Amino acid sequence: MDEGSMTSKLATLFAAVAVFATGGAAGAAPHYNLQPPQSIIAHEIYDLHTLIMWIILGIFVVVFGAMTYAILYHRKSTGHKAEQFHENTTVEIIWTIIPFFILIGMAYPATKTVIAMKDTSNPDLTIKATGYQWKWGYDYLQEGIHFYSNLATPRDQIEGGAPKGEHYLLEVDHPLVVPTGKKIRLLTTANDVIHSWWMPAFGVKQDAIPGFVRDTWFKVDKPGIYRGQCAELCGKDHGFMPIVVEAVEPEKYAQWAAGQKKTMQAAAAAESPGKSWTLDELKAQGEKVYAANCVACHQANGMGIPNTFPALSGSKTATGPKEAHVTTVLSGRSGTAMAPFKHLSDVELAAVITYERNSWGNKTGDMVTPAEVKASRK
Amino acid sequence: MSAVIDTHGHGHGDHAHHPSGIMRWIQTTNHKDIGTLYLVFSFTMFIVGGILAFGIRAELFQPGLQLWRPEFFNELTTMHGLIMVFGAIMPAFVGFANWQIPMMIGAPDMAFARMNNWSFWLLPPAATLLVASFFVPGGATAAGWTLYAPLSTQMGPGMDLAIFALHIMGASSIMGSINIITTILNMRAPGMTLMKMPLFVWTWLITAYLLIAVMPVLAGAVTMVLTDRHFGTHFFNAAGGGDPVMYQHIFWFFGHPEVYIMILPAFGIVSQIVPTFARKPLFGYSSMVYATASIAILSFIVWAHHMFTVGMPAAAQLFFMYATMLIAVPTGVKVFNWIATMWKGSLTFETPMLFACGFIFVFSMGGFTGLVCAITPIDIQIQDTYYIVAHFHYVLVAGSLFAIFGGTYYWIPKWTGHMYDETLGKWHFWLSMIFFNVTFFPMHFAGLAGMPRRIPDYALQFADFNMISSIGAFGFGLSQLVFLWAVLKCIRGGAKAADRTWEGAEGLEWTLPSPAPYHTFEAPPVVK
Repeated sequence: MDEGSMTSKLATLFAAVAVFATGGAAGAAPHYNLQPPQSIIAHEIYDLHTLIMWIILGIFVVVFGAMTYAILYHRKSTGHKAEQFHENTTVEIIWTIIPFFILIGMAYPATKTVIAMKDTSNPDLTIKATGYQWKWGYDYLQEGIHFYSNLATPRDQIEGGAPKGEHYLLEVDHPLVVPTGKKIRLLTTANDVIHSWWMPAFGVKQDAIPGFVRDTWFKVDKPGIYRGQCAELCGKDHGFMPIVVEAVEPEKYAQWAAGQKKTMQAAAAAESPGKSWTLDELKAQGEKVYAANCVACHQANGMGIPNTFPALSGSKTATGPKEAHVTTVLSGRSGTAMAPFKHLSDVELAAVITYERNSWGNKTGDMVTPAEVKASRK
Repeated sequence: MSAVIDTHGHGHGDHAHHPSGIMRWIQTTNHKDIGTLYLVFSFTMFIVGGILAFGIRAELFQPGLQLWRPEFFNELTTMHGLIMVFGAIMPAFVGFANWQIPMMIGAPDMAFARMNNWSFWLLPPAATLLVASFFVPGGATAAGWTLYAPLSTQMGPGMDLAIFALHIMGASSIMGSINIITTILNMRAPGMTLMKMPLFVWTWLITAYLLIAVMPVLAGAVTMVLTDRHFGTHFFNAAGGGDPVMYQHIFWFFGHPEVYIMILPAFGIVSQIVPTFARKPLFGYSSMVYATASIAILSFIVWAHHMFTVGMPAAAQLFFMYATMLIAVPTGVKVFNWIATMWKGSLTFETPMLFACGFIFVFSMGGFTGLVCAITPIDIQIQDTYYIVAHFHYVLVAGSLFAIFGGTYYWIPKWTGHMYDETLGKWHFWLSMIFFNVTFFPMHFAGLAGMPRRIPDYALQFADFNMISSIGAFGFGLSQLVFLWAVLKCIRGGAKAADRTWEGAEGLEWTLPSPAPYHTFEAPPVVK
């Protein structure tokens, strides 16, 4: 049973209105309740919510039954004369004490769930999720796997130039892959502002706070793809940093992890510190880094958004001394939306700074090498 | 609205010597004039905040970005919240306090008449700062009305304007509160003991203490944001040894009592209206007073239920869950008392009573969802979703705003000397009631199903709910024009209101002529 007959009736009513209003909108059918739970905690939350909806429904019927009765039968127009009683200590004590007992009945199961939710001990796997404006980064602490997870919905769909796909705004390029049936401890932190890692099907929502590490846990029942979103307002693209978790059998997970490690080793080899770069190579690499990290604010044409995000084309930083430019990208600019990007590798930083100094009319001809970036890190 | 206090031809109050024209309003120290100013200001800001809400709901009518850039959408939600809370709801209640408290306790005016003028005239500059912030580089603050750091430290100069606006509004609220407390404690007519005061006066007395306790806390929080932004401090910057979560603790130590600041006077208004139209004394007067005080005290120890997802220890989560659940007890007592007042009464349903009954019904639904939100594990799921948006609009719109409407229809005959148009009033109520629920009820479903709040675009399974909400919101907004029409019509004329306008009305204000003369109770009445 969902949430009690009153709400489900209203739900049906609204569903009817909805279908009428939209002619049966394209896409997924609407849900009226919490998403189907996929972890033990989510199950407990679901059941707790159902229990409380029933209790509320009971109170609702009694209290508003009485009010409706009075409205219908104690009207002046039916000739009802007002009685003048105005207190009754017994009744008042009773209706103060009964709610106490109802509340205790609610608090008992809730307390058990709170304690279970906070028990992050003995995990099988620990993953760190880092919130960035506006994407998630994941580090598998035991395996050493690291990747970013960006929104995969094309811009065209958002701006109405293309039909919206089935998982509009809830799809990413690299989902978080986890094994089913294993206790996963999730550490959360953030690079710039507060984000919140929310996966409704797991009953997990944990704020990701810059400078602090928090933890939570989940254990996924069944293989599948689960979708959630950032739940804490984090700036302009708050609505565009979804979370997708792909839960797979442990054997498949092991294969995936091994594959990831190989890919990462290959990438590391390509960026070996001894490699000497040409300006064009760095620029080409930098364009990719720019598209992944900078384009949301500074825009593809380097013009920013007037009065909100500064242009890089012709900017003092991007055409002035190299050192100041490197420092700005590494450490951010406090009091503005410019976050520190020291989590990027030396090569990535060197590439993107070189790209910025030699694009959109910026013609410094400078090349920033990975070694220079490394030297600037303290 | 000059007709509101037009006293010509009413012998008794005709010794009103005040400048005419605009200077009358700028220089006024009369509680009735100032009450009118507050109410006009509040309605103006209500329209401004409503226009912002139209902007929000228009963008959310369909998935995809149609009208606004995401950063402007965030400005809309932020400013809608700030303007409605600080510009519309709070000043409206102060307007009621100014008009009604002296008349209800038999005082000639407020205790500090000049400060009263000053506390009102601080508001227009503050509102100007808020509205002007849309036009500075970078636009208004887009950090949400809660202005969480460190997002708020990233904002442009619009954020500074908002901070200064909050400082000024806070100063205004504190002065208003000192005035209200002093008036109530020192200027009651002989025989008007504390436990004989009308409940509206009681709720405002308690609200005023809450305001004095927490407005400085808000001022402190936003000042720390200001110094983090411009003067190199690191209160909320972890890189400098600060703590972003500390901002939330400080903000919600203000923010939760603030919630009750916006609802306790509403309880007071409803507690005046229900007995009048039940023709029966308020049931459980003293338990109403104790319940109000309990809610106020509890409001100081529940703040972190707004922050269950920040990662508190289990013990803290449990403490704040239990404390929050406790609030259901005194709130329940109030609802039971109102229904017991109606029980075996002789009920009629003029517009004020419709709004009061609508309040009890719909506010209680907000109370129920509040109980759902109080349960920490459930809150983890619905924190920062549309369920929360639904919950707080049920208590703030169907709660505070409906009480403000009810109170306006209830007392406007006393203020203008004319009866309002009952047909218009009933239209206003039913349209508001229906469209309110069309707007906000579906948000519960959207939130449960997983739609975060404060997003300009959403996944397709939320499309139907959002379209219904948007239709409802436009209907609700337009319905308020009926209210404006009803009020303007009542100011301009209408049937002569009797001194005791309502058959069941009790209280000193109903012993005065309608409209109430410019000066009232210069010689204190004696309350038996």
